Amino acid sequence: MVTGWFAGDGDDFTLLGTRCSACAAVFFPREDGCCRNPGCAGGDLAEIPLSRRGRVWSYTDSRYRPPSPYVTDPELPWEPYTLIAVELAAERIVVLGQAVPGVTVADLSVGAEVELVPGVLHEDGETVWTTWRWRPTGVTA
Amino acid sequence: MTGDVAVLGAGMHPWGKWGRGFVEYGVAAARAALADAGLGWREVGSIVGADTVRGGYPGHVAGATFAKALGWQGARVTSVYAACASGAQAVAAARAQILAGLAEVVLVVGADAAPKGFFRPAGGDRPDDPDWLRFRVLGATNPTYFGLYARRRMAVHGDTLEDFAQVKVKNSAMGALNPYARYRKRVGAEEVAASAVVADPLRLLDICATSDGGAALVLSSVEFARGRGAAEPVRIRAVSTVTPTYPNTVLDLPDIATDSAAAVEPAAETFRASIARAAYEEAGLGPEDLSLAEVYDLSTALELQWYEDLGLCGEGEGAKLLREGATAPGGRIPVNTSGGLASFGEAVPAQAIAQVCELTWQLRGEAGDRQIEHARVGITANQGLFGHGSAVVAVR
Ligand SMILES: [Zn+2]
Repeated sequence: MVTGWFAGDGDDFTLLGTRCSACAAVFFPREDGCCRNPGCAGGDLAEIPLSRRGRVWSYTDSRYRPPSPYVTDPELPWEPYTLIAVELAAERIVVLGQAVPGVTVADLSVGAEVELVPGVLHEDGETVWTTWRWRPTGVTA
Repeated sequence: MTGDVAVLGAGMHPWGKWGRGFVEYGVAAARAALADAGLGWREVGSIVGADTVRGGYPGHVAGATFAKALGWQGARVTSVYAACASGAQAVAAARAQILAGLAEVVLVVGADAAPKGFFRPAGGDRPDDPDWLRFRVLGATNPTYFGLYARRRMAVHGDTLEDFAQVKVKNSAMGALNPYARYRKRVGAEEVAASAVVADPLRLLDICATSDGGAALVLSSVEFARGRGAAEPVRIRAVSTVTPTYPNTVLDLPDIATDSAAAVEPAAETFRASIARAAYEEAGLGPEDLSLAEVYDLSTALELQWYEDLGLCGEGEGAKLLREGATAPGGRIPVNTSGGLASFGEAVPAQAIAQVCELTWQLRGEAGDRQIEHARVGITANQGLFGHGSAVVAVR
């Protein structure tokens, strides 16, 4: 569904961005066309892994079932999930993602440390759609 | 100032869930604006329609659709799409035509028939569309972003749920006085607190609904207005339609991430603040000159953010300004005297035009029970998806 946004397993799981060879600007989701820094004449865009740990910029949850194209099973009761916007210090970027299942807004605070882990967005009989999730550090659920 | 254009007429179709097509709402608003201007449709040299998007293309291409419904009469036609800023861009296009001498009288129309519940992107698998992606990959609805902003304000500025609720209390009291508003019932803080959480910490009554509605303006050159006996018409003095500055470091709908500030130091000013600054600069005035403001209260917490972005108070002082009563009727700078989106709901292509309708009525002294005394200068503020700034300054 989104190719090349993340790679690896377990402790090696990372988000993949791109970096401009001319101005060192970083892009996530990856920018493969041309550098979006208006002061840059344009360099080559090379793939880079992003930091696996960051700090909570803010957070919220989704108490109602989101509409399509989000995929949910309408037969099952709605289970709210938590969303976290995470600030990565090295890249100076904020990346939104779902929290790992079981983490609620009560478990979070602005500035708290979280780390990236792989998760399952959804699966059907043929395919498992992997995604990224944020998990408070020190939690091993 | 030579850059002014006159607002000769303003009109709306009442907002709500009426179950009819957007053309009907737009035509009703247009006819009301023409009647208010004392002009016949045949006297209009140009029509600008703010587009609604349903099903992946700008549905019915609004300018021509409204022109056909009103009766083809050969007017110049323009259609614009800028998401929630479509109305401001329609006003900007009309103003540019008038100032360039391409048209003397322009009819601006926006209307929509919104779906129930969450806004959602058009169908199909479209991973090249950032709006589609945030739903597909994250299930991030619009209230998700409002919730993130609200939590961030609570953590950084100390805003409370009670502060947010008081925005709804204030706006609902004004909406109750507005015959065009969808919600005309005063809401108490306890009702906000008792409503269901949608996106923590925001509740149903903190978040604006989706609505049907329409709004229209008749704009003309100042000379034309004078010729029609309007010696001192409300005038549009500035229209801000700016884009952000790279790197845009505030997470914004519909993006999954901000720009990175690794290579370029971000500007001290946020995108939202730059929208207002551009309007002030073009108008040659500042926040201290304002009599009132209509801001885009998609959520109660976002209204507080706009206070700061408009320069009504310092950063982090939005809730304090609200608590002091400065933004309520009778205060130093009343905000959302129309009742705001809290009372109207979202009819995307119409709302930026509806904001200018409210300024017009207030500046003329025709706002009835919600009239602000001695209104001379007003600003609207809005933000369209994908980086469309939107602000209009009107003066009397
Ligand atoms: Zn570059």
